Amino acid sequence: MSISRFTTEKIAKYTIWISALLTLLVMVWILFQVLREGLPLITFNFLFDYPHEMGRKGGISPTIIGTMALTIIAIIVATPLGVGTAVYLREYTRESRVSRLIRFGTDCLAGVPSIIFGLFGFIFFVIFLGLGWSIISGGLTLAIMILPTIICTAEEAIKATPYSFREVSYALGGTRWQTTWKVVLPNSLPGIITGVLLGVGRSVGETAAIILTAGSSLLMPDSLFAPVRTMAVHFYILAREGISMEMAYATGAALIIMILLINSAANFLLHRYLKKLER
Amino acid sequence: MPFEGKILIQNFHFFYENTLALKNINLRIDEKQIFAILGPARSGKTTLLKSLNRLTDLIHGTRHTGNIFLDGQEIFDSSISLPELRRRVGMVFDLPTPLPLSIFENVAYGPRLKGQSQKNKLQEIVEAALKAAALWEEVKDRLNNSAFRLSGGQQQRLCIARVLALDPEVIMLDEPCSGLDPISTRAIEETLYELKKKYTIVIVPHNIQQASRIADRVAFFLGGELIEEGPVAQIFTKPQKKITEDYLSGKYG
Amino acid sequence: MTKEKVLEKFLLFVALSSISILALIAFFIFIEGIPLIWKKGVFSFLCGERWYPSRGDFGILPMIVGSFLVTIGALIIGVPFGLACALFLGELTPPLIGMIFRPAIQLLAAIPSVIYGFWGLIVIVPLIREYLGGPGLSVLAGSLVLGIMILPTIISISEDSLRALPRSYKEGALSLGATHWQTIWRVLIPAAKSGIVASIILGMGRAIGETMAMIMILGNAVQMPESILSSARTLTTNIGIEMGYATGDHRQALFATGVILFLIIMLLNALALIISKKRVR
Repeated sequence: MSISRFTTEKIAKYTIWISALLTLLVMVWILFQVLREGLPLITFNFLFDYPHEMGRKGGISPTIIGTMALTIIAIIVATPLGVGTAVYLREYTRESRVSRLIRFGTDCLAGVPSIIFGLFGFIFFVIFLGLGWSIISGGLTLAIMILPTIICTAEEAIKATPYSFREVSYALGGTRWQTTWKVVLPNSLPGIITGVLLGVGRSVGETAAIILTAGSSLLMPDSLFAPVRTMAVHFYILAREGISMEMAYATGAALIIMILLINSAANFLLHRYLKKLER
Repeated sequence: MPFEGKILIQNFHFFYENTLALKNINLRIDEKQIFAILGPARSGKTTLLKSLNRLTDLIHGTRHTGNIFLDGQEIFDSSISLPELRRRVGMVFDLPTPLPLSIFENVAYGPRLKGQSQKNKLQEIVEAALKAAALWEEVKDRLNNSAFRLSGGQQQRLCIARVLALDPEVIMLDEPCSGLDPISTRAIEETLYELKKKYTIVIVPHNIQQASRIADRVAFFLGGELIEEGPVAQIFTKPQKKITEDYLSGKYG
Repeated sequence: MTKEKVLEKFLLFVALSSISILALIAFFIFIEGIPLIWKKGVFSFLCGERWYPSRGDFGILPMIVGSFLVTIGALIIGVPFGLACALFLGELTPPLIGMIFRPAIQLLAAIPSVIYGFWGLIVIVPLIREYLGGPGLSVLAGSLVLGIMILPTIISISEDSLRALPRSYKEGALSLGATHWQTIWRVLIPAAKSGIVASIILGMGRAIGETMAMIMILGNAVQMPESILSSARTLTTNIGIEMGYATGDHRQALFATGVILFLIIMLLNALALIISKKRVR
């Protein structure tokens, strides 16, 4: 018995639709699971209190500070490096051995697993440079983790700037740097910011590399050289050590909310940027 | 002999990679006149213009032989400052290309690049440039609006004002009126007529009629070669070559 | 003029940062890890079945097998679903649903691995323990969750490859009387083959590199996994669990594990790059 090709078509299409729906379902399930239990537990106190009894009670304020501090350092370091690299690749060279090498490096860096970054951050920042388990060690490690993302999105944004803008700037007596700084970069800004937001999202969720470089102290950090725990790390420790499922749910929910907000901001910006290009 | 005229082009060949785009051009452009460069598409007119301010340097794989002199000085000399050259030899492109800035900032862009940052000085320069481009009256109350809100003709006059703000010596216009309505075209032509008293104008006209309206001298290009050049009256009434005559009478285009 | 030259050199210096960092990472990981591999012998390190740090036994074969099993399992789940979703996005969905589905996939990619691990821990693990037996913390659990985690990678790259195909492929097939599905199955997928394969390889890289979620649901028994219901460790979880308290040789052994991991990932990345470059444009 041979199945007609139209039946095959039907079966195939149904299978695909079901797969897609299942995927969507799973995603909703995952988010829903954590949010349903955790969201109600997020109170003002939860966000601003100190943790007590290893996190069994109290709040998560040091971890929020920790997450923000590490992310800010990562952004401050990675953005100039990433945008500078993108500018060099797009405005200052053509395809050459050097540019191919740079791209190769960036692609490889993007594929390195976070645990390897953790090992590197540990041996290099914590031990070799003597920075210890600290905000600065964690932030610098995060910076090199998000560097490829920023390079990639910055390059796309710069590439999208119309050539005529550049030609006009040169024709009016602009140097290469003036043209880049006054025309290309301002025009690419929305795209660059989107990339930065993506980097922020990654930083917020990162765990493996952070544990090995920023430590897991629950104390409120008092300097850049103090160790700190981020929300993601706290969530992990709470869940794995079985300290408190309630607190884990709440922390997880807070984490998800943060990431949802960052993602929406990035998408919103991207939309506005694309609309602007159409004009 | 070689150091005459505002611009002197000598034995100039231009290559895009291995394609010869301009072949043995010898041309002299004197100051304070409107010099029109005519010819069908792909004759090398834009390439010639972009060579005069070395915008061709931006394109990879281009090279040339021969010389181009501006006021007796070779422009391809390594001691020449490119930004300075491009300020002296300004260019208006065929499509209006305002920068994503306000009207004021568009005109002030060039002077700012040069280093001028004093607010009142910039305001003087912008006003003078917009007046010379016959745009001041129309925009003086909305200088902070986006330049994109202007009409096509106004945008093009903005581009002229942008160039004027740098006080150039030569103004090049590459089909500046393409896509513009007759009224805007007329306005720009009248502006050019005024400007030629002070500047040297090199224009690739939109059509032959425009050349006959405003040019003082005309050069006819075909396939990258200069066929002939001379005063506008002479070229139009008594062209020396048959292909020139055929082109001017519309036998091909 | 000189200012411009200085700026150009400076930007070159900045641009070289990514490759320099990569070199730095390789250098430090290797410097810490290679001496131990040398000391214990490559064979005994890679093929040793016993990992007892306190006794100086550093055989990572169980971890290699664990990584391998979990990755294969993840691919078995992730590739069919991923391809299906890529096809869904590319060929089947009306634009309105696409506008919901695509951001949803992006969201899937943005969810931190610890959340995946947590969900796996409270949903999948008990389910397996209840219906299939065993501790629940198992290779199966890991594969399921990992399969979901690599979906965005496979979907986005496969979709890109399908989208990059010239329209004439599809139009040509359809005009010859092929059904939509026949066009997809016999023309589009084979044409996008290299891109799809590249996406699978990158998905593999992502799977092998995953740490946190696996620590939470694999059970972390230092043993050779006997079935998919067994507990196991991967190369990554081994490092992640013990790095916090390892010293001396033990720590070096973990770095050595990192060396192996690094080499595997670089190999996979290079493979993916080569395959995607071979794409017929």
